[in-house]
Amino acid sequence: MLFKLSIKNMKKSFKDYAIYFLTLVLGVAIFYMFNSLDSQQAMINVTSSTREMIKLMIRMLELVSVFVAIVLGLLIVYANNFLINRRKKEFGIYMTLGMGRRQISKIILFETVLVGILSLIAGIVIGIFASQFMSVLVAKLFQADLTKFEFVFSKDACIKTCIYFAVMYFAVMIFNTITISRYKLINLLTAIKKNEKVKIKNPVISIIVFLISVVLIGWAYWIVTAKVNTLDTIDKIIPPIIMGVIGTILFFWSLSGFIIKVIQARKKIYLKGTNMFVLRQLNNKINTTVISMSVICIMLFLTISILSSSLSMRNTMEKDLVEMTPVDINLYKSANLPESSVDRYGNEITYTKEQIEDSEHPITYTLEKYNYDINNFKEIEEVIVYATNDLTWRDSFGSSYEEIKALFPGLLYDNAETIIKISDYNRIAKLYNLDEYTLEDDEYIVLCDFKSMKEIRDKALQNGNKTITLNGKEYHSKYDECKSGYIYMSTSHVNTGIILVPDSCNLKEEWKEQYVLAANYNANTKEEKQKIDEDFSNNTSELVKAITDDGIELDGMTKNAIIESSVGIATTVVFIAIYLGLVFLIASAAILALKQLTESSDNKQRYIILRKIGCDEKMINKSLFSQIAIFFMLPLVLAIIHSIFGINFAISLLSGLASSEELIPSIIATVIIIGVIYGAYFIATYIGSKNIIKEE
Amino acid sequence: MSSVLEVKNVEKYYGNKSNLTKAIDNISFKVDDGEFVGIMGASGSGKTTLLNCISTIDRVTAGNIIINNEDITKLKGNKLNKFRREELGFIFQDFNLLDTLNCYENIALALTIQKINTKEIEKRVIEVAKKLEIIDILKKYPYQISGGQKQRVASARAIITNPKLVLADEPTGALDSKSARQLLESFEHLNQEFNATILMVTHDAFTASYADRIIFIKDGKIFNEIIKGNDTRKEFFEKIIEVQTLLGGDLNDVI
Repeated sequence: MLFKLSIKNMKKSFKDYAIYFLTLVLGVAIFYMFNSLDSQQAMINVTSSTREMIKLMIRMLELVSVFVAIVLGLLIVYANNFLINRRKKEFGIYMTLGMGRRQISKIILFETVLVGILSLIAGIVIGIFASQFMSVLVAKLFQADLTKFEFVFSKDACIKTCIYFAVMYFAVMIFNTITISRYKLINLLTAIKKNEKVKIKNPVISIIVFLISVVLIGWAYWIVTAKVNTLDTIDKIIPPIIMGVIGTILFFWSLSGFIIKVIQARKKIYLKGTNMFVLRQLNNKINTTVISMSVICIMLFLTISILSSSLSMRNTMEKDLVEMTPVDINLYKSANLPESSVDRYGNEITYTKEQIEDSEHPITYTLEKYNYDINNFKEIEEVIVYATNDLTWRDSFGSSYEEIKALFPGLLYDNAETIIKISDYNRIAKLYNLDEYTLEDDEYIVLCDFKSMKEIRDKALQNGNKTITLNGKEYHSKYDECKSGYIYMSTSHVNTGIILVPDSCNLKEEWKEQYVLAANYNANTKEEKQKIDEDFSNNTSELVKAITDDGIELDGMTKNAIIESSVGIATTVVFIAIYLGLVFLIASAAILALKQLTESSDNKQRYIILRKIGCDEKMINKSLFSQIAIFFMLPLVLAIIHSIFGINFAISLLSGLASSEELIPSIIATVIIIGVIYGAYFIATYIGSKNIIKEE
Repeated sequence: MSSVLEVKNVEKYYGNKSNLTKAIDNISFKVDDGEFVGIMGASGSGKTTLLNCISTIDRVTAGNIIINNEDITKLKGNKLNKFRREELGFIFQDFNLLDTLNCYENIALALTIQKINTKEIEKRVIEVAKKLEIIDILKKYPYQISGGQKQRVASARAIITNPKLVLADEPTGALDSKSARQLLESFEHLNQEFNATILMVTHDAFTASYADRIIFIKDGKIFNEIIKGNDTRKEFFEKIIEVQTLLGGDLNDVI
């Protein structure tokens, strides 16, 4: 009997359930999609190290899933609470008919289980189909070939989804039982009649608070853009965040009062059609939803910022990669080791005779000594990098040091500069296909392509600090800015500075710091190249083992390793961003939609009055549409403004990793994702509300 | 005098063939310009159904209703809404004021939806508020004022559009006797000063005694009609009570 009642209820209140159901299904589908990745990797042809990368990504996604589950859980409890409150009167009638609280709890239990099972099934089915597209995406992002299309079903992900959502529904059930047990019959029966108390705020206070909120938000913006250089430690970012959050809350608290005051002064707009009604409705609504508006705004802000900056980061990294990996391998080895030295933690290190002896010879010598077939390489170039405490960063900055230190107290000013002879560099540059340079006997050039460091160095050079002294001789910078160039391959532009000196420069023997070797493989196919890669991989190579056993540190970087780790990191970030972004987006849109729907049914009487005094359906629909549109747009607009500064900040934080040029396509992608999901909820809400206020 | 409202052989049925209820059974009457007419009857007599039909909220099954030379039973959709907006004014038992709007805005709303210009709106709201003595409460919200004041605000909203006919459905139903008296005096005032034509549905004899003419309805038919003429209100009230006693039931009904 109770079961029948539950089913009938659901059919009857389908309108109310539609958005709740849609949200559950989307939540389940997304959860399944992102947890089913491990079974999809099987179908992709990737190298073992990429496979490791994917495994790492899946681990990360698993951790994020716990967080996502919490967010979805809270959303479900919230949405469900809405529905229960809407039905107070119905429960009141059951109680007057003699039904106990336990039986009512049972009805709700049936409903929760029913909705839960239906949404789980629907969500997983959608998730399974959507995850087929995911595998295409995974393959593309990991630059792997999709060998053959195969329909994948992940049993693990399915079970995991079921367990997580079962726990969430269980929490909902407990919550409902508690809610029901606290109801009093009289309140249930009169719940519908109880008018929401209309809170009217003092307009003067509203305007003052509005101005305060604008100042707070503006101050936070100012800190993360103009004063971004002062945010050198993680704790300094907290005040602007708190200011931003408080500013946002105050903004929504005071906005409607402020707007109404402004528009009331313009009688022509205020006294036109149903404008007055729409504004008052919004005023009333926003007053009662300050916190949820703020939460939604912040979630949207996170969605936009995370999606745009992570996509931009990936695009930038991918573009840089091609530029930054011109050869197949880089090897480096310390040169000129002393008998003992002190490391930066103050520990004394002594070196063995073999280590010292080896450090006097180039890398090719070491390779041959350990019987490595040097013919695996072609186009070998080896150079020596010098460094001396006589020429540190502080020395290069010269008189600009104090000024720069005031701006960037965290820089390592005692770092010795990296020095290379011009002919050595030109050999590497030629191999890398970079610009080559020429120098007179008393000139030098600074190479630097790490964006923020280049700015600092350019400043010092432009301030006239163009002279350095090496071994008693003065050199002058040929240019008054840094030139681009590097010798170490890496994932992106991270060269913080190389000083090119003329070959005639008298560089002391003990300044020799490192041997750097660059070479291409004597191989044509991907497989052959991978085989040579493995000779230098820590895990598998006999050569590396033999060298390391003798205490010699031969480091290196292969093109493939750089590409794989870089693509892996970028892709992991993008996946987590999309995952979180989608969940935040759904959560915000669902809360807005539910709020609006309850609002519409609570305000049904108001629309009846409008109709009675002669408003036609067109007018009423228009006023409803403007209300919902403004209600949906407000948090989005503020979130977009927040994001402009947030993304800027993210780019300066990820300096070099993300760039503003790569931002446009990322923003377009973000706009499409948000537009589709947010738009769908908006339309569903409008149609739902229209049905609710329709005359019977 | 020309007639503002003419109800011709109106019938309204509810239900289906096997179980037919005649809510209104062949009613005809006229209301002249500037008249204050009351419709009385017990609950279930069909008086509210009749009012709903006249106010275009409900449709008749048969017959014609002519307001200001226009047959409203033939109007449809937006024309009907436009007609309701421009030619009719409503006063309801439960006031039907929008609780989010203050009194000024509630009154002005009736004009803004007619797209009347701003200056005109201000002028007319002030004018009508003065007549109904609610000028002091214009800035207040409905929850801040008494029932009587609410009903006067609702009345102001009803007449501000200069409607041909004001329809009042149990306007004193939710008021105490003092407020009811004040409101009815306002009605009298509107009727005499503004020459507003008022059709009021009520079951309360005291309220009805303010009208010029009363139509009694029983079981969907016109039962009786009395005219105040030159009687004092007290005399008229006694007449009403007499009719009500008759209306209360035939002796045959008592077993």
